[in-house]
Amino acid sequence: MTTFTPTADEDVVASVQWALAENAPLEIMGEGSKRGIGRPAQTEHAINLSALSGITLYEPEELVLSARAGTPLAKIEELLKRNRQQLAFEPMDYGPLLEQPAGRGTIGGVLAGNLAGPRRLKAGAARDHVLGVSVVSGRGELFKSGGRVVKNVTGYDLSKVMAGSWGTLGVLTSLTFKVLPAPEMEATLLVRGLSEGDAAAAMALAMGSSAEVSSAAHLPEGISTPTLNVLLGSGPKTLLRLEGFGPSVAYRFDLLHRLLRDGGVIERIDDSTAVWAEIRDCAPFADNTDRPVWRVSMAPSEAYKMVAELRMHAGAAAFYDWQGGLVWLRMEAEPEAEGIRALVAHFGGGHATLVRASPSVRASTPVFQPQPPALAALSARLKEQFDPNGILNPGRMG
Amino acid sequence: MSLAMPQPDAAVLAKRAEIAADLRTIVPGEGVVEAPNEMRVFETDGLTAYRQLPLVVVLPETTQQVSRILRYCNERNIRVVPRGSGTSLSGGALPLADAVLLVMSRFNRILDIDYVNRCVIAQPGVTNLGISQAVEEERFYYAPDPSSQIACSIGGNVAENSGGVHCLKYGLTANNVLGVEMVLITGEVIRLGGKHLDSEGYDLLGVMTGSEGLLGVVTEVTVRILQRPEAARALLLGFPSSEQAGQCVAEIIGAGIIPGGMEMMDEPAIHAAEDFVQAGYPLDVEALLIVELDGPGPEIEHLIGQVEAIATDNGSTTCRISQSEEERLAFWAGRKAAFPAVGRISPDYYCMDGTIPRKELPRVLAGMREMSERYGLRVANVFHAGDGNLHPLILYDANIPGELAKAESFGNDILRLCVEVGGVLTGEHGVGVEKRDLMPVMFSQVDLDQQMRVKCAFDPNHLLNPGKVFPQLRRCAELGRMHIHAGKMPFPDIPRF
Repeated sequence: MTTFTPTADEDVVASVQWALAENAPLEIMGEGSKRGIGRPAQTEHAINLSALSGITLYEPEELVLSARAGTPLAKIEELLKRNRQQLAFEPMDYGPLLEQPAGRGTIGGVLAGNLAGPRRLKAGAARDHVLGVSVVSGRGELFKSGGRVVKNVTGYDLSKVMAGSWGTLGVLTSLTFKVLPAPEMEATLLVRGLSEGDAAAAMALAMGSSAEVSSAAHLPEGISTPTLNVLLGSGPKTLLRLEGFGPSVAYRFDLLHRLLRDGGVIERIDDSTAVWAEIRDCAPFADNTDRPVWRVSMAPSEAYKMVAELRMHAGAAAFYDWQGGLVWLRMEAEPEAEGIRALVAHFGGGHATLVRASPSVRASTPVFQPQPPALAALSARLKEQFDPNGILNPGRMG
Repeated sequence: MSLAMPQPDAAVLAKRAEIAADLRTIVPGEGVVEAPNEMRVFETDGLTAYRQLPLVVVLPETTQQVSRILRYCNERNIRVVPRGSGTSLSGGALPLADAVLLVMSRFNRILDIDYVNRCVIAQPGVTNLGISQAVEEERFYYAPDPSSQIACSIGGNVAENSGGVHCLKYGLTANNVLGVEMVLITGEVIRLGGKHLDSEGYDLLGVMTGSEGLLGVVTEVTVRILQRPEAARALLLGFPSSEQAGQCVAEIIGAGIIPGGMEMMDEPAIHAAEDFVQAGYPLDVEALLIVELDGPGPEIEHLIGQVEAIATDNGSTTCRISQSEEERLAFWAGRKAAFPAVGRISPDYYCMDGTIPRKELPRVLAGMREMSERYGLRVANVFHAGDGNLHPLILYDANIPGELAKAESFGNDILRLCVEVGGVLTGEHGVGVEKRDLMPVMFSQVDLDQQMRVKCAFDPNHLLNPGKVFPQLRRCAELGRMHIHAGKMPFPDIPRF
């Protein structure tokens, strides 16, 4: 077992070239905070990028930040916070869900996992904010794509190809992101007591209004955490987040209140940052077990129907983010992969990823959504063009 | 045409009649055009300096027809150039003598309007504006608004990753497209994305957006629609120097304000626009800034004074705030007419499209002034100040021998300068044929080879839109070769564990 800890791009090139010559597949990792996602590693050797670290460019007025791939996300977020800016896509922290400490992970991992948070609805995911990358391909070649400006259509956007590729196409060495001003304030409108169907309707109404809702989530009866209990109490909760300048938030809250007042009991939560962090990180299912947890992306209007149908066949707890477009599911026993995916297909399509399960379950279940044959073949050809010998995170994506 | 395009395949040229007849069995009736005088209308796109008649034109109406056409061409090694509305400013839809021109204009229906999930499914030939019009009764719209939005198609927007004046706040096409149905060169039909977010595997939708018709043919597009902002107001700000205008933009953003639009014009552009539409622009300033705030009324009221104060602090000599919708539109009238206005003061103009880090604007403008003197050609500038996208308009006269070449050479020098200051060759118009040969200014051969390998995964025989984007087409077999050197343990000094 060899773990390379490169401190420069050339070291990464040398490591991959060594692996090619030795035909020795590599696991690609940062701090390892998301190692539990995907098929378990099938490699003897690894590249650990945590020493390839440092913010190399930050120009707040240009809304741009570059960092080497192993830079801790926490460090970047701290610097941005000091300048009243943020990564608007609000990358989630998988740590608590995967029995890892909170607050870890690198900026490379943010893109490799295409992370996002509740603000995904309005602001997009990591893929929507990455401006440029440097990457060492599985051919052992260092290439770059994109740049440091927002508007750029020069050549293929290979930064987006890296988004959600989980280290199977190349080893990221540095990344440039668009950053944005942090909102001056946030407030959350809470509607109590809605059924899952009524919550879907309320969220659709809110998102279709001019209130500029940035996040919409629904926590059914029984879905909570100690923090959420203290802040919000018990019972079903539908949450709508408003962010921006004070007078704007106040005005939009009233607008939303008028829109929804006939539907349930409404409250205003002024300091809701912690609430949205809990939802972002899937804290309700961070229960220190390895009961299977699914992350399902589908049409918002269909999510509660899929869940209702699923509950007729299997024990499952569920809550909704992204207006219902993101369903977090925790299964009581078996992962039920085929059943869940069939239901998602039946209810308008989408994809289901098994983000938590024991290693043996992950080894025997397709963690990522299987693709139709023509698409699967295209994905395989793309992988081959980046990593012809299959030495980067082999098997991780299925 | 001075442009080097791939050598036409003589065997294909010789079979023109046969190919047209075969295509008629797939698309009957008027869907195949082969008479040269009827094909004339397709010989160029928005980059009119280059013209070429295609081999034959085919206008399919169904995904199945597209699939059969591509499979047919793939099996016979016939090149294909896809075309939407033909508004590309970089020659993305320029035909080839030996290529079938696949025109998607008959795919002109909106298939689904879904307000609950806030999306529209449209065929690719629907115009950009057509989508917004289809949902305007519910006060929704589709955000990316390239200036050709009356004519340009949503399929073409996907191919070019089109922008517009609202990109900083609302994103490019790539951030507003949720899914596509597309046909590969093999004829296989695949779906990427849909009404859900993100991808189950590699982000092929991300690479497809902006791929300039080289990877596949889009037959259906799902886009996000947004509720129209409640209100919009604009400020018209004049500055004695572009440095001050640039600093004003930086401080607006520094204050945490992201305006819906932020446009700058330089002195020649201001004068041309004012002469043309009498928008009431001040003529004694070097830089004019239009800042538009959109959103809920109280938010605009809250911010407009802040923007005004920042402008004053930076020495603005003109500051007008729109008091009515008419006045706001009047502020924009000059900017929107800037291109035709420049067209009035010069027989021809050449529109460039670089992006730069905003702070480099004074340096780039100074560089352009120097080049303008050297080339003896005038230049006017409009600038999407929020996102750094610069559109220099080079004034020339095509009737003067050598002047077009001079204008192109001037344009290339501007783009080289954009890259030198940390920017890029094209912000929203695409590489096409126009900037193809400049790609090595921005990318190394290794960078370009990796992009071409993506192409190889989709279209290994380079049949889709060859001669665009890449300065040199390398065979996929050659690109796939790998040289592995005997392994040496890397950086042995560094401790491992």
